[in-house]
Amino acid sequence: MAVSAARRLQDGEVCFVGIGLPSLAANLARATHAPNCVLIYESGTIGAKPTELPLSIGDGELAVTADAVVSVPEMFAYWLQGERIDIGFLGAAQIDRHGNLNSTVIGDYDHPKVRLPGGGGAPEIATSVRDVFVMLKQSRRSFVERLDFKTSVGERVRVVVTDLGVLEPDGDGELRLTHVHPGVEPEEVRAATAWDLSIAEDLAVTEAPSEAELGALRSLRTKGAPG
Amino acid sequence: MAELVPLRTAIEQLVRDGDVVALEGFTHLIPHAAGHEVIRQRRRDLTLVRMTPDVVYDQLVGMGCARKLVFSWGGNPGVGSLHRVRDAVEHDWPRPLELEEHSHAGMAAAYAAGAANLPFGVVRGYRDTDLASQTNVERITCPFTGEQLAAVPAHRPDAGIVHAQQADRRGNVQLWGITGVQKEVVLASKRSIVTVEEVVDELEPRPGAVVLPHWVIDAVSHVPGGAHPSYALGYYDRDNEFYVRWAEISRERDIFAQWMEENVLRESVLA
Repeated sequence: MAVSAARRLQDGEVCFVGIGLPSLAANLARATHAPNCVLIYESGTIGAKPTELPLSIGDGELAVTADAVVSVPEMFAYWLQGERIDIGFLGAAQIDRHGNLNSTVIGDYDHPKVRLPGGGGAPEIATSVRDVFVMLKQSRRSFVERLDFKTSVGERVRVVVTDLGVLEPDGDGELRLTHVHPGVEPEEVRAATAWDLSIAEDLAVTEAPSEAELGALRSLRTKGAPG
Repeated sequence: MAELVPLRTAIEQLVRDGDVVALEGFTHLIPHAAGHEVIRQRRRDLTLVRMTPDVVYDQLVGMGCARKLVFSWGGNPGVGSLHRVRDAVEHDWPRPLELEEHSHAGMAAAYAAGAANLPFGVVRGYRDTDLASQTNVERITCPFTGEQLAAVPAHRPDAGIVHAQQADRRGNVQLWGITGVQKEVVLASKRSIVTVEEVVDELEPRPGAVVLPHWVIDAVSHVPGGAHPSYALGYYDRDNEFYVRWAEISRERDIFAQWMEENVLRESVLA
């Protein structure tokens, strides 16, 4: 998943990054084909260059290696809503066919089955960056017909990278399967999706990770927290 | 006018039952020791405000100090859920917890508005989301362009509490590294407390530092290690292992209660 997402980052792009897979993907891109990617963590660090993967978005390593550290109100007002960011990564507990995301609750809002962490930066990331990259594991519980709660809107979602393949919006904004990862059958992906997932005519197989990518991944992982 | 007082005195005098209280820190400089003192003094019916409630808010909620939580992202960063907050929301234990949830941008704008003594902050977010109908925001129209925006009411906490690296003997405070929303919290709050790692004769200017003059702070308390298990840049690192361990400590009510008894209630902070 990290390799697939990393490949889609262009050198020099400005990326708003969260912890976990997005941080791994963005740092992998920086360690391979996109050394000039600008990493922005919402804690206020602009141009962070961590040598190990942070466990939290506010780790000291990010502040020490950053070009600038700004306050949180400044981050969200001038930098994010000021539309100075190209790519924003989002995860979620649920996604629908239009890329709308739920990271708030499973079940009814007032009597939730599972209370999730909440929106955090997502509502504004989803409407302020040029392109939204979504990363989450694919199953019928997460790829749903109808969200329990709409935390952020899907209109700027350009790609959804899962453990099975890659989904991208068609002309009507509906997500369809454009890539499967090596060894994955398209029917497996459809079975892991609660809506009737359409498959692109030019469906491709993700290229296996290169030696360089694997080496960079190993290096990032051994130095840091599990990604 | 800042007085240098022991933490116990600061909390006794400045945090009251029923208050709206914000203990802020964006992963860095989280005022854990001050939160523990609030728990020891058994404050009740607090409305707790924080962008990113994590372990210390899990402790405050699990100990029954809060009736309401105003927040934008609640979790144990890099680890998982806040089990005590979830127990309160999902099972009303130890008491029901009302939620008012925003986005980060909404919370940040609300603090900035409070600091500026303005009634509301403005953001573009919330549009077409379900959050708009659950949270405390109103649609407004820009009088100049006609654009539809969201107004977020200002945060004006009764008490704002932050942790910083240094104060001088007059109570001027300096913090650096990731400074989060701390300046806004102190300026937006009616009463404010700053705990510090170190009291120095003279503050040396640091690149990117936030300096809060003594006359906007009510109490400064010297509490070395007061941000643990979060970190204080230049003093100590984040105790990542503790955050992982917290998932186990907090999962069951009994183990949580016993841990709090042994590690918070019995401990006396002498500063």
